[in-house]
Amino acid sequence: MTQTKAGPDIAAGRLPQEAYAENFSDLHPLLEPHEAQVEADRCYFCYDAPCMQACPTSIDIPQFIRQISTGNPTGSAKTIFDQNILGGMCARVCPTETLCEQVCVREVAEGKPVQIGQLQRYATDHYMAENETQPYQRAASTGKKIAVVGAGPAGLACAHRLAMHGHDVTLFDAREKAGGLNEFGIASYKSVDNFAAREVEFVLSIGGIDLKTGTRLGDNLNLADLRASYDAVFLGIGLGGVNALGLNDEDKGGSLDAVDYIANLRQAHDLGKLPVGRRVVVIGGGMTAVDIAVQTKLLGADDVTIAYRRGQDRMNASEYEQHLAQTNGVKIMTWAQPKALVAANGSVTGIELERTQDQDGSLTGTGETVTLEADMVFKAIGQTLVDTDLGGALTLEKGRIVVDADRKTSLDDVWAGGDCVAGGEDLTVAAVEDGKIAAEAINAALSA
Amino acid sequence: MADLTTYFFGIKSPNPFWLASAPPTDKEYNVVRAFKAGWGGVVWKTLGDGDPVVNVNGPRYGAIHGKDRQLLGLNNIELITDRPLEVNLREIKQVKRDWPDRALVVSLMVPCEEQNWIDILKAVEDTEADGVELNFGCPHGMSERGMGSAVGQVPEYIEMVTRWVKKHSRMPCIVKLTPNITDIRKPAQAAKAGGADAVSLINTINSIVSVDLDAMSPAPMVDGKGAHGGYCGPAVKPIALNMVAEIARDPETHGLPISGIGGVTTWRDAAEFMALGAGSVQVCTAAMTYGFKVVEDMIEGLSDWMDEKGYTSVDQVVGRAVPNASDWQHLNLNYIAKAKIDQDLCIQCGRCHIACEDTSHQAITNMVDGARKFEVIDEECVGCNLCVNVCPVENCITMEQMAPGTVDPRTNKVVEEKYANWTTHPNNPMAVPEAAE
Repeated sequence: MTQTKAGPDIAAGRLPQEAYAENFSDLHPLLEPHEAQVEADRCYFCYDAPCMQACPTSIDIPQFIRQISTGNPTGSAKTIFDQNILGGMCARVCPTETLCEQVCVREVAEGKPVQIGQLQRYATDHYMAENETQPYQRAASTGKKIAVVGAGPAGLACAHRLAMHGHDVTLFDAREKAGGLNEFGIASYKSVDNFAAREVEFVLSIGGIDLKTGTRLGDNLNLADLRASYDAVFLGIGLGGVNALGLNDEDKGGSLDAVDYIANLRQAHDLGKLPVGRRVVVIGGGMTAVDIAVQTKLLGADDVTIAYRRGQDRMNASEYEQHLAQTNGVKIMTWAQPKALVAANGSVTGIELERTQDQDGSLTGTGETVTLEADMVFKAIGQTLVDTDLGGALTLEKGRIVVDADRKTSLDDVWAGGDCVAGGEDLTVAAVEDGKIAAEAINAALSA
Repeated sequence: MADLTTYFFGIKSPNPFWLASAPPTDKEYNVVRAFKAGWGGVVWKTLGDGDPVVNVNGPRYGAIHGKDRQLLGLNNIELITDRPLEVNLREIKQVKRDWPDRALVVSLMVPCEEQNWIDILKAVEDTEADGVELNFGCPHGMSERGMGSAVGQVPEYIEMVTRWVKKHSRMPCIVKLTPNITDIRKPAQAAKAGGADAVSLINTINSIVSVDLDAMSPAPMVDGKGAHGGYCGPAVKPIALNMVAEIARDPETHGLPISGIGGVTTWRDAAEFMALGAGSVQVCTAAMTYGFKVVEDMIEGLSDWMDEKGYTSVDQVVGRAVPNASDWQHLNLNYIAKAKIDQDLCIQCGRCHIACEDTSHQAITNMVDGARKFEVIDEECVGCNLCVNVCPVENCITMEQMAPGTVDPRTNKVVEEKYANWTTHPNNPMAVPEAAE
């Protein structure tokens, strides 16, 4: 494609104003009560249900679906919250197609699983619409103080469970707003109507959690002080750094980190004021790559390409997410790795990619290259833990915090969970489970 | 193509599908629409005498629904026709004149005084309708006035009124029976004794479909209160089938023509009623749910099925299953079956396991060699069929007969070829030496 305009074509307001609202509306609107009844009736109430086994937080899925079916959506929501206090967000963002719905016996039998995610949302949305606060009472105060660092899914789940047990929690977050990736990272169309913030309020409504925003480990907070002042510490700090391509001109205009752009997008009051390139190339193959690609397309980019160095089957983005990208007009180019950025006058104008191949299990370049013109090149090749923030006190593995089955770190009074720990799945629901397990372990340790 | 022409003790109709006496047959307008749609006959909504009855003006129906609002059972508190007798009679006469090939039977309900019956029969005869059906079944409203099921629950009254009808009229007479009775054979015998040409059953079942838990009143609710109504629709079919079979099997009433009623929704339902002895079927709820068009597939489906089975006329179907409708004591105790799960069809929901484990015989595994697998344990299986019924996959679990000569691993006894039933079983204190099939 040849561009006549000189310089990078990056502009806001590419679409009529009303198109933004439509493009960024709810990906899966809430089921109507009758739809929920009919869908719930499809559940076979399996014995030792495979879906429940597949859920990282072990939600009793047949039970909550049955409760929808019996006309008890409030009880249904409690069944969900018992295991996952962020059940509302997980209903929106879980890759159910690779978790509960993948193993649903109806998926196996007929390729049409019960819409577990949608039903979970039906129950949790019902509860949150009908109730001012979350459903749990705090136990009698234990007098113990716990620092939870990071108010993302892991930290929120941990703080909530600790508060339930009667501990006093201080919840620190680096940003001005709690929620972590739920607030700043999830694609817009998966969490409309300010849901992430409403859910934070819901979780905190249990009481006993003191939220301190604008406090960042490594800046105005350090681990040694926390350990000295609190009975226990939980780290749910996520991954603050972003992997770089390692190419020249990465500092040029138009060369961007996907996570930063998504965070801005999520906080934007007027999407029409957000500049977006006419031609966009995204490097990566995970959920973030799909999220940035689809959202730039929805912001009005003409031509969006995801370039991934291996085959489509190796992409971390689920098949569903890949289809979502493709049905939104995003091209997925596989077997292509970045070779060089093309820049002029301080801005990138394109990217040179090298074709790759799988040679006996190892990825090699073929020497053949292709250059894509681009006004914006997004990096979505993973995030990293900024270990200097931890003061070197914790054992790491492959750049992440090592934890045991209880999510305890190498330090006796420090637990960790979510994306910052080794061996995790980088999923909201997995982070919630980490927070929950750690909270139970902390409670047990402090009660001993 | 099979001939569906039905000769129900002389009342001829082009097919065995009649509309039951109910709101769909209350007016010429509806009945003409029904005939245009293809219904073989109608039983006109029950006529009474004196001033027309008055219906409630609030809800008259309540229902049981499936999750997708499938109407599974319907209950009503509507009474007999509330239109003037003369209007009904005029319309009946007109319809019969315009549709001579269709069966037109008139349902009647008047007080148990001979003169009342004489008068109404005379009026109906003038319409040239094909016959009358005596409504001894209506369980609400009319029964409180000594009519409907109040008559149907007393065999002596049935016989008395039936006798009057046969005495004072040349018209064929069908007696419609109430299921709200302990032994359906008694009223049928009474009807026969009174000279009835046929019986029809079942009328609706006493019911409260639901309770409004906010208003704390049964539904349907009329100004804060509810009354029991009559239950019908798919949910009542099993009850109706049994009662039809009881009458068909009873030596005293065997051969008495039966018009089968109760949840007939499809051609298959109709075929089942016919197999158990019904010479015609009457339909109401299916029509009230979907409209008159449902008769098209009833006709077509029955005809196709008959062709497939080689039946050329409805007589060949009627009563065909009656010889096999037996009593428990005559079932073969030497017949031994075991459930078998087709592992290729099994979707591993585990419902068979938990049903058997919690509520029955602990005869289905949930784990085999450490893997999720559902297999029947023949040593425990009594062949009860519960797993078959709870399995969501049709034909995934089947009951397989054990061949005579093999050993039942549950009892360690050889499966005997010889038929043997409870009447000869050693545990039966009243056992006789030799079983009769």
